[in-house]
Amino acid sequence: MNNHKKTLKLVVSYGLIGLVGLFMLYPIVWMVLATFKTNAEIFGSLKLLPESFSLDAYINGWRGIGKYSFSRYFMNTFKLVIPVTLFTICSCAVVAYGFARFKFPFKRILFVVLISTLMLPNTVIIIPRYAQFNQLGWLNSYMPFYVPALLACYPFFIFMMIQFIRGLPKELDESAYMDGCGTFRCFMSILVPLLKPALFSAGLFQFLWTYNDFFNSLIFINSVEKYPVSLALRMAIDAEANVQWGQVIAMAFVTVAPLIILFFSAQKYFVEGIATSGLKG
Amino acid sequence: MKRSRQHYCKRDYMGLVYILPWLLGLLLLQLYPFITSFYYSFTDYSFFNTPKLVGLKNYIRLFTIDPEFFNSLKVTLIYTLYTVPGKLIMALFIAVILNKNLKGINFIRTIYYLPSLFGGSVAVAILWKLLFMSDGAINNILQFLHLPTVEWLGNPDVALKTICLLEIWQFGSSMVMFLAALKQVPRSLYEAAQIDGAGKIKIFFKITIPQITPIIFFNLIMQTISALQNFTSAFVVTTGGPNKATYVLGMKLYTDAFSHYKMGYASATSWIIFILIMIITLLLFRFSSGWVYYEDGDDF
Repeated sequence: MNNHKKTLKLVVSYGLIGLVGLFMLYPIVWMVLATFKTNAEIFGSLKLLPESFSLDAYINGWRGIGKYSFSRYFMNTFKLVIPVTLFTICSCAVVAYGFARFKFPFKRILFVVLISTLMLPNTVIIIPRYAQFNQLGWLNSYMPFYVPALLACYPFFIFMMIQFIRGLPKELDESAYMDGCGTFRCFMSILVPLLKPALFSAGLFQFLWTYNDFFNSLIFINSVEKYPVSLALRMAIDAEANVQWGQVIAMAFVTVAPLIILFFSAQKYFVEGIATSGLKG
Repeated sequence: MKRSRQHYCKRDYMGLVYILPWLLGLLLLQLYPFITSFYYSFTDYSFFNTPKLVGLKNYIRLFTIDPEFFNSLKVTLIYTLYTVPGKLIMALFIAVILNKNLKGINFIRTIYYLPSLFGGSVAVAILWKLLFMSDGAINNILQFLHLPTVEWLGNPDVALKTICLLEIWQFGSSMVMFLAALKQVPRSLYEAAQIDGAGKIKIFFKITIPQITPIIFFNLIMQTISALQNFTSAFVVTTGGPNKATYVLGMKLYTDAFSHYKMGYASATSWIIFILIMIITLLLFRFSSGWVYYEDGDDF
């Protein structure tokens, strides 16, 4: 009797999860299959599967509209995203080390300031930053992305790494000092190796967010030759009449595919990163 | 706590050296723009001229003459009111179901997380646009089921909800956080409650929820802040339309500042967004002291 009830519960749980899962997955599955469809099939056809698996949309879509192909846009994206990711991890780790291991004057208040910048909205500072970067001649370059990364303007990651370093025993540092290490050497050779999982999680999320970011690219980059993929995609649907939706959706899928691959190959770090630090994802 | 006079040793001052990059970033790229935008909001500044002080003119215009402003404010608040609770309730609901020891849980969690991966990307906005077009896939399904089709993006009453759905679809990251929090709830609490004869629903509201309130609260604040600044989905899926039904404050700010170069005016809008965030956060904090429970008695 009790067993019966248990099975029923299990069925209900799985049923519920499956049903919601279907709704979750449908748009993605539809996207993948739509990349093989013709424009006529995308609209006005119920069938999920395409008539034939043709790669035309990929080939034609990759050529892009205008002068540049998606090879160019991908190169641009990586030129933007990879340095930003590396700069962010390095600067944030060093700053987190400073906060977690030393008690300098005004530390308490500076820490409060750090936490409150978590809530500083980007929209409030974007206009003066635009004027600032214009004066420095940085508009239409990747400097507006590199410099904030170098100067650790990402309180999220600093906070996450502070928490992580605090979890490491302080005796490690003490013994390094005993051995005559300086603070930087202690950081590099004792803490950084232990910090690797946190660095990796932070790197993944910074990669993801910068890769997906549209607002900042839209504002700071204005010549097509420097467009990252997000702006290129937006340009493709901007074309007045007769958008080749098949090609557009194929390219949209090509831009998210690296994220899916990244996610499946580093799932552990994603889940741990979100779970331990309360990142917003 | 009594504070004694602190003594710093030489090594401790090294901390200041390590936080120097952040300190510079704070002053130059956060504090300076923050104060400047406050100043700009009281000026007539078109980016090509030098800012000219005009007092409260920008704010007065927003609240009296500009017909767009109240619409944008309303749209943004509705967007926030739908997406934040929608997302969190979905995340909590699924997390509670997944918290049982079901087989294949990792795979299921992966599937649910997948949409969150795409965040506010253009690709996912394009996908949404295509799915919900008047002859798109969703309407085809409705037609097949002999249900009336809906103008998902063309009808001003529906368009905002369609955009909200995109945001709610990405509840996966909150879900993973809740799942991790649920795993931290001590088994002994559940056992004790069961011995006392508490029912399932009572256990959920009296034990599960109170134990994970800090993480719910954290999510609530962060999601609210990002919802109030939403831009990409409204810009790409509906370009603010139809009839400005999805013209969120973020879009108004972008258009005023970077299409019309009314930077002073747009700065005033940005400060309205900021004040909105402050008010809502403070309200949440005040509210939270009643229901957020911290194990160690510490504040947030």
